[in-house]
Amino acid sequence: MYVAVKGGEQAIDAAHRLLDEERRGDRSVPSITLEQIAGQLTLAVDRVMNEGSLYDRELAALAIKQARGDLIEAIFLIRAARTTLARFGYAEPLDTQAMRVKRRVSAAFKDIPGGQILGPTFDYTHRLLDFSLAGESEPAEAARAASALRSGMPRVLEMLGSEGLMEQPPPETGEPADLTQDPLNFPAGRDLRLQNLARGDEGFLLALAYSTQRGYGRTHPFAGEIRLGTVEVSFTPEELGFSIVIGEIAVTECEMINQFKGSATVKPQFTRGYGLGFGQCERKVMSMALVDRSLRAGELGEERVAPAQDEEFVLSHSDNVQATGFVEHLKLPHYVDFQAELVLLRRLRAGIESAGDRLEAAE
Amino acid sequence: MRVLALSAPDDLAACAKDYASTAHDLLRAPETGLVMLRGRMGATGAAFNLGEATVTRCAVRLVDGTQGHAYVMGRSAAHAKLAAICDALLQRDADGLSGTVIAPLAAKLDARQAEASSKAAATRVDFFTMVRGDD
Repeated sequence: MYVAVKGGEQAIDAAHRLLDEERRGDRSVPSITLEQIAGQLTLAVDRVMNEGSLYDRELAALAIKQARGDLIEAIFLIRAARTTLARFGYAEPLDTQAMRVKRRVSAAFKDIPGGQILGPTFDYTHRLLDFSLAGESEPAEAARAASALRSGMPRVLEMLGSEGLMEQPPPETGEPADLTQDPLNFPAGRDLRLQNLARGDEGFLLALAYSTQRGYGRTHPFAGEIRLGTVEVSFTPEELGFSIVIGEIAVTECEMINQFKGSATVKPQFTRGYGLGFGQCERKVMSMALVDRSLRAGELGEERVAPAQDEEFVLSHSDNVQATGFVEHLKLPHYVDFQAELVLLRRLRAGIESAGDRLEAAE
Repeated sequence: MRVLALSAPDDLAACAKDYASTAHDLLRAPETGLVMLRGRMGATGAAFNLGEATVTRCAVRLVDGTQGHAYVMGRSAAHAKLAAICDALLQRDADGLSGTVIAPLAAKLDARQAEASSKAAATRVDFFTMVRGDD
């Protein structure tokens, strides 16, 4: 027999005090500052902003500190924080054509107008641990070219578009759907899918993207163009009625080129997948672009056979705050549920035993 | 507004310190909220919602009735308020403030962007053709 009880208040308080102490670590070592996290663990901050779906470097740094570096916990904190703030409205779509480029590469064409700009990349490093970073040594300053980059780098995919070899992006059809205002519904339009993927878990999207490469819904991708840099944000306040620049953000963008689609009326063209994210998040936006493309299976008349082509599977499981909530809730008390299972199992076993007894008696 | 919004709050405070004490009423006290940012499918196609950003807004009225409005990304109330005051002053006397506040801030912004751009430009790949050894 189970009797419902209350309790644990003191234990919870003490547990949180212990958490605070463990978070602080060795008190003889200076506490890590938000400036250090925002300035030096930049890619962790970018990930928390992306999956927390809120661009604010300071808040993301605070969340990372509070979460002791557990990025999913930090993302949860950011999602909770955003619910406390009023929505002023929708910004104009970002103009990534006007991006001030820090990195821009194409794996499809070697000679692209504007050139291949490697930027601050881990690519071509040897992945050997650099023990000089364990000390206090300062790195050399970055090299500078005599002249700045040209502004308004041309788009690689547009070069193919002008020849008719590339499908054109879909035109505007009205207000895009917004996951934060209406619950996810199926079938989901590409606007809703992209919003979901933009805030989706990087690991989940990476695994799905990888699965498409390994044959579970092939997309034959080439990284047409990847660019990283800053773009200005424009917004039209109701009281002004005209658009003003309210700041700038760093974004990473990936345009994948995928294999052909044609029809009776349209000659075969390359198809495309798109990825966009806050900060420097190349792995994320490449994965996003691959999954965006594979989720277009229905639209492009492809058979849906793989997980990455199943929008209900992908979109329902991409959110790591939802996922961690449902998985981790299992550790909270389920005493009554379990008691019910226990009673059921005992009853089943008792039934089998008494049936066995009757069988023996009959023999 | 662009330069006021893009400048770091500290830079604005330094350049506009003479104007910070301009007499004004708050039509809207500094308030932090969210703006949903948007991208476009394939960079140029239909829009989609990308994720939100924190934005702080403020509106002021100067003694002569001129209104100033500011929306700036981030959570700095001081940034939004000073930008709103500058916005009002710019409407009253665009030339005065342009020289003392906007031009120096714009120069700083340009210098910062040029530096970042020249560092990126240094990472541009120069391809060269390998000479084949078999002919």
